[in-house]
Amino acid sequence: MTDPTLQVEGLSKRFGAVIASEAIDLTVHAGEIHAVIGPNGAGKTTLIGQLAGEVPPDAGRILLEGREITGLPAQRRAHLGLARSYQITSLFPRFTALENAALAVQAGERGARGLWRPAWQDMALVRPAWEALERVHLSHRADAPARTLAHGEQRQLEIAMALATRPRLLLLDEPTAGMGHEESSQMIELLERLRGELAMLLIEHDMDAVFRLADRITVLVYGRVVASGTPAEVRGDPEVRRAYLGEDENVVL
Amino acid sequence: MLRRTVPLAILLALLVALPTVAETAGRGWWTGVATNILIFALAAGSLNLILGFGGLVSFGHAAFFGTGAYVVGILGFHADRGTPVVTWPVELPGTYQALIAWPLAMLAAGLLALLIGLVCLRTRGLYFIMITLAFAQMIYFFFVGLEAYGGDDGLSLWQRSELPGLDLGDDVQFYYLVLALAVAAFALKQRVVDSRFGVALRGARDNDRRMRALGFDTQRTRLAAFTLAGAVAGLAGALIANQTEFVSPSFLAWQRSGELLIMVILGGIGSILGPALGAAAFLLLEEVLAAWTEHWMIVLGPLLLLVVLFAKRGLWGLLERPLGTRAEVPRD
Amino acid sequence: MLLVLEQTLNGLQLGVMLFLMAAGLTLISGIMNFINLAHGSLYMLGAYLCATVAQSTGSFLLGIAVALPGTAVVAMLLEAAALGRLYDRDHLDQVLATFGLILFFNELVKIVWGAQPIFLDAPAWLQGTVELVPGAPYPAYRLAILVVGLLVALGLYLLIAKTRVGMLIRAGASNREMVGALGVDIRRLYTLVFGLGAMLAALAGLMAGPIYAVQVGMGENILILAFVVILVGLVDTLGRAFLPTLLKIAFDPATAGAVGASVASMAIYIFMAAILAWRPTGLFGGHA
Repeated sequence: MTDPTLQVEGLSKRFGAVIASEAIDLTVHAGEIHAVIGPNGAGKTTLIGQLAGEVPPDAGRILLEGREITGLPAQRRAHLGLARSYQITSLFPRFTALENAALAVQAGERGARGLWRPAWQDMALVRPAWEALERVHLSHRADAPARTLAHGEQRQLEIAMALATRPRLLLLDEPTAGMGHEESSQMIELLERLRGELAMLLIEHDMDAVFRLADRITVLVYGRVVASGTPAEVRGDPEVRRAYLGEDENVVL
Repeated sequence: MLRRTVPLAILLALLVALPTVAETAGRGWWTGVATNILIFALAAGSLNLILGFGGLVSFGHAAFFGTGAYVVGILGFHADRGTPVVTWPVELPGTYQALIAWPLAMLAAGLLALLIGLVCLRTRGLYFIMITLAFAQMIYFFFVGLEAYGGDDGLSLWQRSELPGLDLGDDVQFYYLVLALAVAAFALKQRVVDSRFGVALRGARDNDRRMRALGFDTQRTRLAAFTLAGAVAGLAGALIANQTEFVSPSFLAWQRSGELLIMVILGGIGSILGPALGAAAFLLLEEVLAAWTEHWMIVLGPLLLLVVLFAKRGLWGLLERPLGTRAEVPRD
Repeated sequence: MLLVLEQTLNGLQLGVMLFLMAAGLTLISGIMNFINLAHGSLYMLGAYLCATVAQSTGSFLLGIAVALPGTAVVAMLLEAAALGRLYDRDHLDQVLATFGLILFFNELVKIVWGAQPIFLDAPAWLQGTVELVPGAPYPAYRLAILVVGLLVALGLYLLIAKTRVGMLIRAGASNREMVGALGVDIRRLYTLVFGLGAMLAALAGLMAGPIYAVQVGMGENILILAFVVILVGLVDTLGRAFLPTLLKIAFDPATAGAVGASVASMAIYIFMAAILAWRPTGLFGGHA
């Protein structure tokens, strides 16, 4: 029985009087798409921050493929197979899309710290970068400086960069943020294509995306896990309905 | 690619021909001026590695420049007098041998940069600017306090460094050596900027957080760049000591650091050869204006202000689109 | 014992000048997020203006009356015409632009007043000594500097903490857009603050004149020290600065006597480097 890709045990974090995470338990299996949803202020972004290594938890453990990564800095986690995309696009504006992806590939290669060979003439970097772009259907914009890309394209590039490091686990912080209907659909299709290849933890508000993609869903309310299970189970959970809808039963979940 | 190599080749040819042209025109002193420009181009170029490509505004670069000069000066001083530089733990004699003194200058400057970098690079933005300035001041005062080596008045060298096969006392030969070193340095800089290291440095400049999230050790990258820049500045210092046959703490004054920054900006930040253009522009302006009026600085000040306000991309920006090789889509 | 008292007072007096520079700089750097390297030039200008007027009229006080507003006007004109455009630029731009100003001012002073230092004598009524402790005469002028320093510190505090203008300044520091949206002309406010900072520098400069000689470039060393002091966090956004005084006492006269002037000069930077190495955001958590 192999270890799940991600195992979170009792993760807790508070900022002064605010409880961002309260004893969160979570498991993501290999190849699974696991969505984390919850009303605003539920602590979803803090959760990702802790998983990524940018926010130190107060208590609890995080295991990546059975290996404890709780105290490790973000850099080390990247090398162990963790990748993330950001809610607010965080790219290298002066580099082209291809170069952005190549940088991500370069990050994954330890050792070779060349001071001599031009990085971007090195096929070992450029080819996987190109492939990553093709997978997100962005290859036609390979030569465009990242700052000239449309918002949706930038989000695609974010995913490409995350993929370029060939991660085991991909943390996606609201991948459809700021997207219109068409762009969202494209993003969902993209993630759909990746299904099974790697494990994904997905934070999303877009319920359409969530129910199409998620194999399992965890619901967070005020930092606590309120429900966890298959989409059907979560849909039917009364506490979830209450958290999202209050007493109003008219909105379709 | 060809667009750039042709003008560069022409420039190089002109530079090689310069001493001969100068002699024929009866203006032999042009060679000295050109040597000076090349040395400062080297120094400014090293600053630009960390400034333009690393995003680090160092206001203390003159410290490395001056340290390199002093290494040569001190070794020469002891060689003149036949006394050892230090007697413990080993006896180190003075020397005028360039092959010893110059690498030593680079080593000293580089080491200094490493130590300073370890402290300074933990800070950001405004803090970084000021702390580099402060460290440079500290080192300046250190040299001022070295009474044995002339203190405030500085140190004269009785001769230039010695290199087997060449007579560096001959201005023309010295010029060609400096030219060779400068060309080599800029070529190296281009390679470094294009290399994985250079890419990592630029990435850290543009988005440090993302770089770290991807797995890069940005601190180490910046420290390495800072050290390299310091070492090259040290070489420039060794050369200037030879050029002027004199070293003084004024080489390390913070105004010198400011002037290096000016050269980089004038020439265009973020381009490989920009600083060379900037150094040339600055020093030539100095020559031209100084001949005209002793108060030429009064023009430079506002000029700089105007450049900063309106012409950020500098001279190079007026000539060329920036940056070396780009990633090309694989064709197969 | 008496020597220690004298050293301490000397240190305090140097501390006062440092404080005046640092306070002026804080107003500008801290509140307007603008690095002004030309602040040292304003210090110099204040000294030169005062010296010129004092020499020709024989009155130090008249010199002050001209130097302070004179420097302030020059500073405000500069700010309105050129420097004001640099607030949104990155620090490198500000450093370079104001560095250009230093070059300009140094040369300007050389043209107008010549390259040789000029003399500024302390006012006649302050030229004696005062016996603070029986048997220990201390120059009255230096004592006056201390008194002035304290008064200015008090005045600044009252201005920033208790008046409406001070409140606007503090508000503008934390949220420029908001203050602007409230209908306050933030540009005019900044120009005013710049002028105020300039006056503090000018005051420091003219007070230093009788002790240190009025010459080209006189403001540069103290400028760097002032930046150091702000950086380390010893002068905060409200201009509170008790510690630079202590710093100066500890490092300048005493150590100068003991280990030589050059080491003393280095000492302050070593101290600062040590603090920043330990706490990269300064002693009190500073600001960017």
